[in-house]
Amino acid sequence: MTCLVRRVKSRCDESLAPFPIDACRICPHDGCMGQGGSIVPFAGWRRMRLMGESPIRQVLRSVGDRVVRIAEEVVGQDIDARIAGIKTHLNEVGHDPFGFDPETSRYALAMAALLHRRYFRTQVSGINRVPQGRVLIVANHSGQLPLDAVMIGSAMMLDADPPRFPRSMVETWTAELPFISTLYPRLGQVVGSPENARRLLRQEESLIVFPEGARGISKTYDQRYQLTDFGLGFVRLALETGTPIVPVAVIGGEEQYPSIADFKPLARLLKMPSFPVMPQMLFGMIAPLPTKYRLYFGEPFRFSGDPDDDDSAIEEKVWLVKSTIQSMVNRGLRERKGVFV
Amino acid sequence: MPNIQTPRRHKPSARRGREPVQQRPSARAPVARGVFGHANELPPQVEQAPQPEPTTGTRPKPALEGSVLVTGVCGRLGKLLARELHRTDQVVGVDRRPFADRPKDIVHHQVDMRRKKMKDIFRARNIRAVVHLGILHDRRRSDRDRHTWNIVAFQKLLDYMSQYEVPKLVVLSGANVYGPQANNPQFLSEDAPLLGAQHFGGMRDLVELDMLAQGFFWKHPDTETVVLRPCHIVGRVHNAASNYLRLDRPVMVMGFDPMMQVVHEKDVVRAIQLALRPGVRGIFNIRGPGEMPLSHLIRQAGGRPRLVPSPLAKVALDQLWKLRLSSFPAQELDHLRYVCMVDDSRARTELGYEPAHSIDRALKDVRRLRYQME
Repeated sequence: MTCLVRRVKSRCDESLAPFPIDACRICPHDGCMGQGGSIVPFAGWRRMRLMGESPIRQVLRSVGDRVVRIAEEVVGQDIDARIAGIKTHLNEVGHDPFGFDPETSRYALAMAALLHRRYFRTQVSGINRVPQGRVLIVANHSGQLPLDAVMIGSAMMLDADPPRFPRSMVETWTAELPFISTLYPRLGQVVGSPENARRLLRQEESLIVFPEGARGISKTYDQRYQLTDFGLGFVRLALETGTPIVPVAVIGGEEQYPSIADFKPLARLLKMPSFPVMPQMLFGMIAPLPTKYRLYFGEPFRFSGDPDDDDSAIEEKVWLVKSTIQSMVNRGLRERKGVFV
Repeated sequence: MPNIQTPRRHKPSARRGREPVQQRPSARAPVARGVFGHANELPPQVEQAPQPEPTTGTRPKPALEGSVLVTGVCGRLGKLLARELHRTDQVVGVDRRPFADRPKDIVHHQVDMRRKKMKDIFRARNIRAVVHLGILHDRRRSDRDRHTWNIVAFQKLLDYMSQYEVPKLVVLSGANVYGPQANNPQFLSEDAPLLGAQHFGGMRDLVELDMLAQGFFWKHPDTETVVLRPCHIVGRVHNAASNYLRLDRPVMVMGFDPMMQVVHEKDVVRAIQLALRPGVRGIFNIRGPGEMPLSHLIRQAGGRPRLVPSPLAKVALDQLWKLRLSSFPAQELDHLRYVCMVDDSRARTELGYEPAHSIDRALKDVRRLRYQME
């Protein structure tokens, strides 16, 4: 139901009024309170307190709802319908065993959709090649911050039909950081361990993997679009679980935060994998440069063989995936007219 | 001069150890239904005991010869187990505490597990299985106490078991022996390393106890050893998890909200009963019906989480522990930060275990506290 006065969508289907004049004002349901039931700021706080939800949470929710509405208007897609369309494997009490929370994810997807459609104007090709069921999405890593994972994820959620819910494996130490350790599982991110990956693939889920790891993301500008060494684990995992591997080339990530050097002593001191020196930071530009992202999804590989084979046998398959991604990257670079167009 | 005393007041210490006279079967004792309670749930490999003739005045025959020794029988879990088991088996209880309201056909020995008297119990009774619940979890007790109780006494128990060739041992360990860690996989299988004592020295004896039971499993293949590792047991029991959920404003570490598993005490009792079946051996993780974030769990139990930043919580809890105002040592905060959840697929397939009590029901019992039978 949409409020005719303020043109906002009410989260609640019922209203006391016979016709929806101002659904958010007269609706008795708590969900609508966050949209500002009154024109007086903070007028609903007293009622919020009585309902037992903290005002901070309520304000966050109202801000998040607004972001979702803005994103829906800008993108022209129903974010909630996309979230509702994904398949999750809930346990007996209605929770995802890995902690995925649709309520938090809709805000994140709204933000990602704005980045995907407006800021980076991502161009996606070949998303239909992602097969149904379990799949490993293997891509080149770039750009100092893992925005490439966000772009692949939002492409899977917004461009694939039906929407696919991608999980990505995150570094173990993120589980030690307060707030991040709560946020990541709620968005469906999983601590990277072979057991977790195996379990998710057996549940027919899709996983985003960057076999380059931290080496790939912290490349300096002179090494842009040159793939570094791939780990072997993902091919062993694919062989063990019979999972197709979809190679993905990401173009545009390398130019978002150009780094001219890696300041190693400081990285060691801060226990980070690298400390990139980014000139744009010197000018106070914290946001990434608005490059145009291009995602190319390749034909899936279906390997067969022994997962416990020698490294040399596994390396052949890894090399095949890596060279495919490299050639897709090279072709993408040849075809593009410019970094920002 | 001979000591003239009435036999009634004769030497209380000797009286405590005296074996009670075999009681008449109580009128409440139902007919033998096998260890499982229901005859139709019997697995095919187990021979069903021949049904006794319906003659009046005789005690229903137990499903299997010999009695089940339950250590730590006076704890809440022990009492629950004894009340379930005594319907079908002869139960012998051992505990330092008195078992005041015990059913009449349960034989209770009020002895310290570290004493020689334990051997007499093994000698005098035909023990067919031992369920070891008498594990000291109280963090307030000295290290020495916990060591002698959890390790030395258990070692002696194992010695007696091998000496008298007891064919079954069930040990109730816990998922805590895996230890909450940031790099844990979401679900730990039985093969995962036991790292519980890595960051918390107080867990050492519990990890060692688990290891001892595993060692016994390999050294004595004739004895069917079962180690159960349930996640947090909640209900009317008085353990750390239940006491935490009973608080009105339990502390949560700010910025952390790990997924949690809880299991109802009666489901654990049921798992022990299943483990007592002949032919079952190995290590089994026991999990409740589903997992949910800690904050949801607290809210569902009727509490409201109190968010405290991690360093502050550590310092405050340390001080409270020193002043004896809190019963949670600061190292246990890791349980509120990292996941330590188990995968129970093995218990489901091999043991036939299925949790029967919902989380709602478990949390209701946490709040109720009152001990009563269904």
